[in-house]
Amino acid sequence: MLDRPAVVEPLDDDKTPATFTGNRGLDQEEPLIFEIGRLDATGVDIDDPAPLATRLGALERNAPIGLPGLTEPETMRHYVRLSRKNYSIDAGLYPLGSCTMKHNPRSNEKIARYEGFADLHPLQPQSTAQGALELMQILADWLMTLTNMHAVAMSPKAGAHGELCGMMAIKSAIAARGESATRNVVLIPQSAHGTNPATAALLGFSVRVVPAAADGTVRAEAVKEALAPDVAAIMLTNPNTCGLFERDIVDIADAMHEAGGYFYCDGANFNAIAGVARPGDFGVDAMHINLHKTFSTPHGGGGPGAGPVVLSERLAPFAPVPFIRRNGDALELVEDAEGTQSFGRLTAFHGQMGMFVRALAYMLAHGTDGLAQASKDAVLSANYVRASLRDVMTQPFGDRICMHEVLFDDAWLRGTGVTTLDFAKAMIDEGYHPMTIYFPLVVHGAMLIEPTESESKASLDLFIATLRDLARSAKAGDMTRFTQAPRLAPRRRVDEALAARKPVLRWTPNAAA
Amino acid sequence: MRIADGRRRLFELPEDALEQVPKKLTDFFDENLLQHFDCERFLSITGFHVIGKRSKRKEKAMRYHPLSEADRNAMLATIGVSSIEALYADAPPATLLRTPLDLPSGKSELDVERFFARLAARNMPASRAPFFVGAGAYKHHIPASVDHLIQRSEFLTSYTPYQPEISQGTLQYLFEFQTQVALLTGMEVANASMYDGSTATAEAVLMAHRVTKRRKALLSGGLHPHYAEVVRTISRLAEDEVETMAPDVRATEDLIARIDDTLSCVVVQTPDVFGNLRDLTKVAEACHRNGALLVAVFTEAASLGLLKSPGAMGADIVVGEGQSIGNSLNFGGPYVGLFATRHEFLRQMPGRLAGESVDADGRRSYVLTLSTREQHIRRDKATSNICTNSGLCALAFTIHLTLLGEAGLTRLARVNHANAVLLAHMLADVQNVEVLNETFFNEFTLRVEGDAAALIERMAARGVLAGVPVSRLLPHAGLDDLLLVATTEVNTQEDRDAFVAALKESL
Repeated sequence: MLDRPAVVEPLDDDKTPATFTGNRGLDQEEPLIFEIGRLDATGVDIDDPAPLATRLGALERNAPIGLPGLTEPETMRHYVRLSRKNYSIDAGLYPLGSCTMKHNPRSNEKIARYEGFADLHPLQPQSTAQGALELMQILADWLMTLTNMHAVAMSPKAGAHGELCGMMAIKSAIAARGESATRNVVLIPQSAHGTNPATAALLGFSVRVVPAAADGTVRAEAVKEALAPDVAAIMLTNPNTCGLFERDIVDIADAMHEAGGYFYCDGANFNAIAGVARPGDFGVDAMHINLHKTFSTPHGGGGPGAGPVVLSERLAPFAPVPFIRRNGDALELVEDAEGTQSFGRLTAFHGQMGMFVRALAYMLAHGTDGLAQASKDAVLSANYVRASLRDVMTQPFGDRICMHEVLFDDAWLRGTGVTTLDFAKAMIDEGYHPMTIYFPLVVHGAMLIEPTESESKASLDLFIATLRDLARSAKAGDMTRFTQAPRLAPRRRVDEALAARKPVLRWTPNAAA
Repeated sequence: MRIADGRRRLFELPEDALEQVPKKLTDFFDENLLQHFDCERFLSITGFHVIGKRSKRKEKAMRYHPLSEADRNAMLATIGVSSIEALYADAPPATLLRTPLDLPSGKSELDVERFFARLAARNMPASRAPFFVGAGAYKHHIPASVDHLIQRSEFLTSYTPYQPEISQGTLQYLFEFQTQVALLTGMEVANASMYDGSTATAEAVLMAHRVTKRRKALLSGGLHPHYAEVVRTISRLAEDEVETMAPDVRATEDLIARIDDTLSCVVVQTPDVFGNLRDLTKVAEACHRNGALLVAVFTEAASLGLLKSPGAMGADIVVGEGQSIGNSLNFGGPYVGLFATRHEFLRQMPGRLAGESVDADGRRSYVLTLSTREQHIRRDKATSNICTNSGLCALAFTIHLTLLGEAGLTRLARVNHANAVLLAHMLADVQNVEVLNETFFNEFTLRVEGDAAALIERMAARGVLAGVPVSRLLPHAGLDDLLLVATTEVNTQEDRDAFVAALKESL
């Protein structure tokens, strides 16, 4: 275990030092484009159009829009300066539990930009896009093989969209059985992602909460107790949001099926088990796969993602259009739902092709063994963090094996005056992005740490040593390190209450004056 | 003997295959097939013996995995278990795989790139042909600086800005993006993006239901048919009502006659899917008289550089596809949905919002706000289930729009329009075709003789990607002789000449 590697002297006062520009060395202030741009400035040279009579009728714009422009050098500087105010996985360990901040290979970025993919129109003749369809088909095959599922809907745009897709398939299957009126409840554990109840509610299901046992998992008994003829499905995350494998998962699936319901698995944490176990073998009926988590397409500051949904044989007929079908030597997109049992269309085109390319590149680079190794290393790293912190931090369900993420609570901070939020903000001063905090909601002061397989042992050791040092400080009553944190970031704590009370959601000329 | 590979196809081997060892696998299978194939696993399954030494994959380090075997062993010792497998003790033992899945083993970066280069070569990209395909996605030139900037690590490899102190870069550009979208649409507030134009439209309908407490939408016959399908799909499953007008090729439908006080909203697209420009003013008035909202949709954001904004015509919610600005065609995604509305409906809005605030030192700062609308706080009472959105595509949009500025956007829009006018002029001289539009921006509907779908295949064979046959979007509407033709700043006079020549030869 490392000692504290470097000592940062506390600042004399809790204000940051003043400079004339407001800049602090490499940390440079940057105004809004509306404050530095000009209506007549542009960074794009475009020739004047041919002088022709227009065909715009009376609908031509007759007032300015008010959009400022910048020349190219000004644009570069503006966005480069902004970028430097962000933390990133490339710059440091990013242990956001449930979010899976793993390495994003740059080869995948290069390949996604191949003209033959990036410059392809979704509605150009399919005969001119056979390579793209083949790519989607190969990715679909990988996803089905990795999950042992029957079919896959490729079009969902992100995890929550995938949930919607899976639950729409379930609702359609129930309708096909003529049970729409009677089956309208979805079972969801308290620890679930917020997207699960939001998705169920969107489709008119009511949510019945399933309690977790003292060990943080959902027991088959609890599910059986909640089961009734009105239950359409269960939405269960596995491994769950506490980082634990749902031990009763097979029994839960069996119970659901016996009762005539379906098993929707939230696949956000598939990265713990890809190549190690297959959701189809658990009895899952539908599961979305966050390509931006498990298969490393970049998170991009909040998207884009991609959320293909694997489906069991029972749900496959209800999959959305479009889907790909082989027709002789050619592949073709089935885009018309009429005459099929498909529940319809989820989005304008065929899904997140740019993400498909990256995800498949990631899979091919790893291969079957490499994917299993990635899952295992992720689990190993999380358990290593757990084992290295278990004597200083507390775990809500006792010290037990976790999967790809380890969950701590704030019991160990009780009496110190330091909150989970303070602890997280102090990590920022140490050069780390905080872990996921206050989620899952069922755990008091939750701190969910997911190191991923992308960290070296040296990186994990420094992270662990840092957290141990922070824990020591908290227990020693060194409050400044926490309540004033962060002091060394581009910004100190931001007043979120003010933002919500008086929402300013855009620049306006008046506000600037 | 039957063998399955990772792609779930079965192959027959000759009965005497085993006796033929050690013949090469290429004696049995064609080489293309084998590229996909994990020979080593195949051999282990079939019991083929291999001459020479088998590679020991287990000990080969994978380039993305920093942990060595020694690291793993040391970490296992700290944890107090003897193997990584022991960490999966909670999984039902029967569900744990005993052997690797039947998929290929890992490839080098070079081999991965070769694999994709072969697939890419089987597609005909927009830049390699005179290109006139639109209908919801448009080929525009993207300045190199846009793609450079969005690949900066700090933008590409960061998460949703939940920790504002170390996410001001993302938060500030989202605030700028929201402002640009609000200005462009003529609305008061915009969110930090949706998945794409079609899902944004569905979200707008759901929002209108929440605002009006009614549950019936009316869709114009000029709305992109895929957008209409997305709205109908979600509405049917959410048990809301939707009425769809008949396909309205010439923008002559009478929406106002259909508006009454049972509607939550009317959804109208301009320029519509057939390219017609629509004045929304009267429809907006009729909506408002009846307590309904007008949802205005666009699929070509560049049109807003030249046309009256939907907000100026009275729209209550404006949604659209932002792909045209800053984002590649990408065979349909990822794109970026734009969503704007009036301040009074703010709390019913879906999606993330970046807002202005101050930090503890009083410095102007940005932070995600009004999250009590969102799923991670409000759960089943949330305004939407959206979580991940289109952050990086929104960044590409906002950078490109900053580069353009009002002056550049206006000129870009004028060039787009002028190119369409030029093409329409040229087509006026071609026999047996007719441009149906009175008005258009950069896309119009061409009536051709015969089947437009077959026509574009013949034109593709002549190296021209000529447009989208309406039958691809509306297969049962009896509009098989209509072709949607789009043209942007990328089209040259040579392209237009090639279009007309290929059209004449293919008719």
